[in-house]
Amino acid sequence: MEGVWGRLFILKLIFSIQGGDFTHAGHPSSEVKKVLKQLDIDGKTIKNIVIALYEAEVNVVAHAWRGTVDVEIDESKITILVSDEGPGIPDIEQAMQAGFSTASKQVREMGFGAGMGLPNMKKNTDELYIESEVGKGTTVKMVNNFS
Amino acid sequence: MKLKEIAAVLNANISCGADKLDEEVEMGYSSDLMSDVLTLDTDNLVLLTGMVNLQAIRTAEMADIRAIVFVRNKKANQPMLDLAKENGMCILESPYSLFKSSGLLFQAGLKPIY
Repeated sequence: MEGVWGRLFILKLIFSIQGGDFTHAGHPSSEVKKVLKQLDIDGKTIKNIVIALYEAEVNVVAHAWRGTVDVEIDESKITILVSDEGPGIPDIEQAMQAGFSTASKQVREMGFGAGMGLPNMKKNTDELYIESEVGKGTTVKMVNNFS
Repeated sequence: MKLKEIAAVLNANISCGADKLDEEVEMGYSSDLMSDVLTLDTDNLVLLTGMVNLQAIRTAEMADIRAIVFVRNKKANQPMLDLAKENGMCILESPYSLFKSSGLLFQAGLKPIY
């Protein structure tokens, strides 16, 4: 698609997330899913993207105080930045291990907090970068290429 | 298996998506843990769960799951039904336990994912 004119389009979406607000968790993922459907992206790719984003949203709701989701879509890929103000992750390598969880009882009662979030985000993205500072917050960058 | 057959086997109430009952699903998955549901690669399936909250519907939405059975006689509330309707899902409510519901559907020929 990328010809002599370079990028054909860039679409940006921004959402905010409140820590602890499970009622609205999933709203950004839902909106992104609608946009990707309109852009005629294939179903499998959409599913990968929205599952990774939803996991990231649940992480912010479960662990952080507040966060933002910045989405940038062009004709070849989607880049999602989920940044939160929160406790941060002391040991990212440990957090990436399946089954490792620091989720509260309340989060587990919602059906989450099994320590599958970060590994599942890795599985569903082409690129995943995590930066975190204890006591300040965490930023997750996810990239999925459109086939 | 058609959704209406699933509803009949489970003696289930159809609380959303009565127009979807002729749709076919091949496989079933039973879990109260949404984290596990989100790791599935399959999508043409019915989810059986006792986790009755908005996030169960959201999880199904993201995982492209078109039908959910809430077991143990649990009822979906209005915000859940609104979200399910918006996403074109079928919601069934069965009085049976998760174990009994799964067993009956397995016996009736619904396949497991693994």
